[in-house]
Amino acid sequence: MSLSILAVDDSRTIRDMLSLALTQAGFSPNLAEDGVHGLEVLSGMHPDAIITDINMPRMDGFGFIEAVRGQAAHRATPILVLTTESAPELKARARAAGATGWIVKPFDPEKLVRALHMVAGPGAAR
Amino acid sequence: MTTPDPMAEIRASFFIECEELLEALQDGLTQLDSGEADDETINVCFRAVHSMKGGAGAFGLEDLVRFAHRYETVMDEVRAGRLIPDHQAVLLFMRSADVLSDIVRYSRDGQPIDTGAVEPTLRELEGLVGGPPEELEEEVTDFQPLTLDLSSGDTSCDTSFVVAFRPEPELFRSGNEPLHLLRALGELGDVSTEPDVSKIPLLDELDPESACLSWQITLDSNRSVADIEEVFEFVEGLCNLEIEVQTGPSDAGSVGLPSVPGLPDLIPDLDGGDAPEQTPFPEMDTPRPRLTLTDPETGQTASCVATDPLSQAQPPRSSDAPVQSAAAPKKTTVRVDLERIERLVNLVGELVINQAMLSQSVARAGLPSTSAVVQGLEEFMQLTRDIQDGVMMIRAQPVKSLFQRMARIVRESSAAVEKSVRFATDGEATEVDKTVIERLADPLTHMIRNAVDHGVEDSERRLAAGKPAEGCITLSAAHRSGRVVIEVTDDGGGIDRDRVKAIAIERGLIDPDVALSDSEIDDLLFLPGFSTAGQVSNLSGRGVGMDVVRKAIADLGGRVSISSTPGEGTCFSISLPLTLAVLDGMVVNAAGEALVMPISAIAETMAYREEDVRPLGPETQVLHIRDSFVPLLDLGVELGFRPPKPSYEGSVVLLIASENETRGALIVDTIHEQRQVVIKGLQESYGHVPGIAAATILGDGQVALILDPVDMMANAVGRTRPAVSELQAAG
Amino acid sequence: MTERGAQIADATERELLSFRVGGQEYCVDIMSVREIRGWTRPTPVPRSELWIRGVINLRGTVLPIVDLAGRLGIAVEDASERNVIIVVHVRRQTVGLLVDAVSDILAIPESEMRPQPDVTSNTNETFIKALTIIDDRMLRVLDLEAVLPDSTRDAA
Repeated sequence: MSLSILAVDDSRTIRDMLSLALTQAGFSPNLAEDGVHGLEVLSGMHPDAIITDINMPRMDGFGFIEAVRGQAAHRATPILVLTTESAPELKARARAAGATGWIVKPFDPEKLVRALHMVAGPGAAR
Repeated sequence: MTTPDPMAEIRASFFIECEELLEALQDGLTQLDSGEADDETINVCFRAVHSMKGGAGAFGLEDLVRFAHRYETVMDEVRAGRLIPDHQAVLLFMRSADVLSDIVRYSRDGQPIDTGAVEPTLRELEGLVGGPPEELEEEVTDFQPLTLDLSSGDTSCDTSFVVAFRPEPELFRSGNEPLHLLRALGELGDVSTEPDVSKIPLLDELDPESACLSWQITLDSNRSVADIEEVFEFVEGLCNLEIEVQTGPSDAGSVGLPSVPGLPDLIPDLDGGDAPEQTPFPEMDTPRPRLTLTDPETGQTASCVATDPLSQAQPPRSSDAPVQSAAAPKKTTVRVDLERIERLVNLVGELVINQAMLSQSVARAGLPSTSAVVQGLEEFMQLTRDIQDGVMMIRAQPVKSLFQRMARIVRESSAAVEKSVRFATDGEATEVDKTVIERLADPLTHMIRNAVDHGVEDSERRLAAGKPAEGCITLSAAHRSGRVVIEVTDDGGGIDRDRVKAIAIERGLIDPDVALSDSEIDDLLFLPGFSTAGQVSNLSGRGVGMDVVRKAIADLGGRVSISSTPGEGTCFSISLPLTLAVLDGMVVNAAGEALVMPISAIAETMAYREEDVRPLGPETQVLHIRDSFVPLLDLGVELGFRPPKPSYEGSVVLLIASENETRGALIVDTIHEQRQVVIKGLQESYGHVPGIAAATILGDGQVALILDPVDMMANAVGRTRPAVSELQAAG
Repeated sequence: MTERGAQIADATERELLSFRVGGQEYCVDIMSVREIRGWTRPTPVPRSELWIRGVINLRGTVLPIVDLAGRLGIAVEDASERNVIIVVHVRRQTVGLLVDAVSDILAIPESEMRPQPDVTSNTNETFIKALTIIDDRMLRVLDLEAVLPDSTRDAA
């Protein structure tokens, strides 16, 4: 069984790239456009890990992470934050909101895959 | 078929996304300028630039990243409320959006970027935030690019590490799992792990969500300390990590992760070792209301959005957000080859015609209306119409993108002639066929330049005339009686008719003695060879006259007209057919030919009555209707299908109106039926025919021409000038 | 068959569609011919050239019909059911040519094409690209680009 991943980003380009990288690495990605959409998609799945952007319309990444953590079923689901900034305070905020780790955009697909394995285990993708 | 390169596909889609983001940015900036902006508007602008930067980074578009980064930095300041943009700043943002748009285009086409335009704008942006921002390269310190070492499984390692990993109790709360970390560590080399169970409490005190195990791992690996640290990157601050190098190069020494600079400790160090200098939580930079909570146990402050998860499903601050931004759903697009759509449009057109033919056959067969065939046919008709509507919608696009391009023309051209001009738009959501939009860009550009150059006066003259120093050009679009009307209006001095006439006489375009009405003088602007030479500037004096504009619009089956009031301004109005849309038409008969009159043009139909008709000159007649006179024409004669009839007794008169104004009346022999017809362009296969808008195919398979009665009237007006000038002046 | 195959292999050979207009024989390069249709009454278009008969419905598209006899300066007769329409494609434009009847498809070697003798007094001569003799009949090869000027776009 491959790891199922929920990826939330408002940029279609980044979604496309995430989808490509994840699919090529043997993950099965589900995609959402913003925090609100992410929660909707989440209600229909139980991902092994979640990747989310921070700057998004309707509900930003911080709000999304908090909402996910507020759901009993996803309290421990690993969440990686996608950020263009490596500014320490952004990471600090992400973690304070409940993120597990972070990926700096533009991401290196290999690095993304490694980070996912670091938080979600090997799955069958390895 | 070969599989397309997925990255190339994503790249192409990225540039389409950029167009959408630029549009959103423009919108936001326009709102910002008009003072209608709220926090969300600025967020939208910020996100637009931010997303472009993110995607650009993925494709290594350095120039785009660089510009977007600085632009974003400034927008972030605005977002954070640290920078309140004045009008000048918003204008700079708009220019920056133009530059960004250029960089996007150059990047897409792989052309070199004109740094001459980019650098000064960058300087100006930097000026707003006091100097260049931190360069992006600083990120490199965060993520060292890792080279994939294929020999990582090799046991002939040169270094032995001892890693002490003691998770803090809170580690699980972040969703991290020591097991995965240890496994990841195991992939760096040979490991032997010793768990330390000494901290495990008694069962009744055990908190299953608290980490209580720690590990001591011996790792034999050829990797560096940094590689090991990377494994524990996400738990930095959530654990106590010590890495000790046992053999090999001694310079690595012992590294305590919490002391790695760059990341503030989230948890007060329980050992009291490294007291964090930074505040545990940097100030939030969004003005969003937040609740600050203090955890009684750790003393740690945490912040969260002051709403519960359910209410977060609402867009934030939707109550005070402007309707257009809150209601407008995110636009997503599918790329489809235009040819496929053309084909679909044609097929649907054929389907409609086929269905009409079928209906006619069924009607001829005289089946009862209760028969299954007739009823089935009715459903079929409804479905056909729905499909047709749907297909037409595919090609329709709001004129917004076109209008935004014009905003730029106004900015650039007003700067070129050093005039202060504001640009306003109306009806941006009006949908017009995509091909029409594309072909409108050139004529509109010319008209806008013309309005800036010749329409709007300079500030001095405006002030002298008691007007605001800043001129205004309004571009509007609306659907009006089955056509699209696009207007370019300026609040300038109006057309100087004496000068126009003088120039026309000077150029030999008109006879010096001819008496012309105001609108006829205005129309002189459209004559080939007319150019107000005295005013030729570097802007619109490019050898392109208004005649070219009129030709371009006529090629689209449209018309241009002018109305101008001295001292108040000029309005150029373009009226266009909705080319591919279906048309509600009245099928009429004149001289044995079936012709389609757009319903929208018919104000009234009436029987011909000899007593209402007055001769006016040898070939002209007028119809007396409700205290006014309108020109009356025989459609058959007008089209050249027959000479005038001795008597029109028994004929039908169609009263033609457009834009709420009666233009004239047309005599037809009979009215056949009222029905929807599919517009078939005549232009492509035949060329423009005056008085004819397009063609269609009727139920019997015969081609019928769709009339453009207003154009027909206008042509007739030219022929019968003396009489109609009076009528026009009266109207 | 082999002989004909050999002829086709000759790159300089051209296939022509021959037809009769106003009692004279003309032909056009078969490469420009799209189809041949029976007579359909064209819908007249106002203010058009005399030699444009109007437009017909060709499977959903509007096809202009050129009265070839009128265009070539041969007496225009009333078209009837006996006439046929040759649909040709010239300069990215599809047009129907109204002719009396289609006669034949001929393969003519380029070497047998004679240039138009320089006796251009008659208007129709300028529409002829070449002449050739087949079975004692003189065939005029039409220059379609000349017959159908681009000005059809501006039929006004």
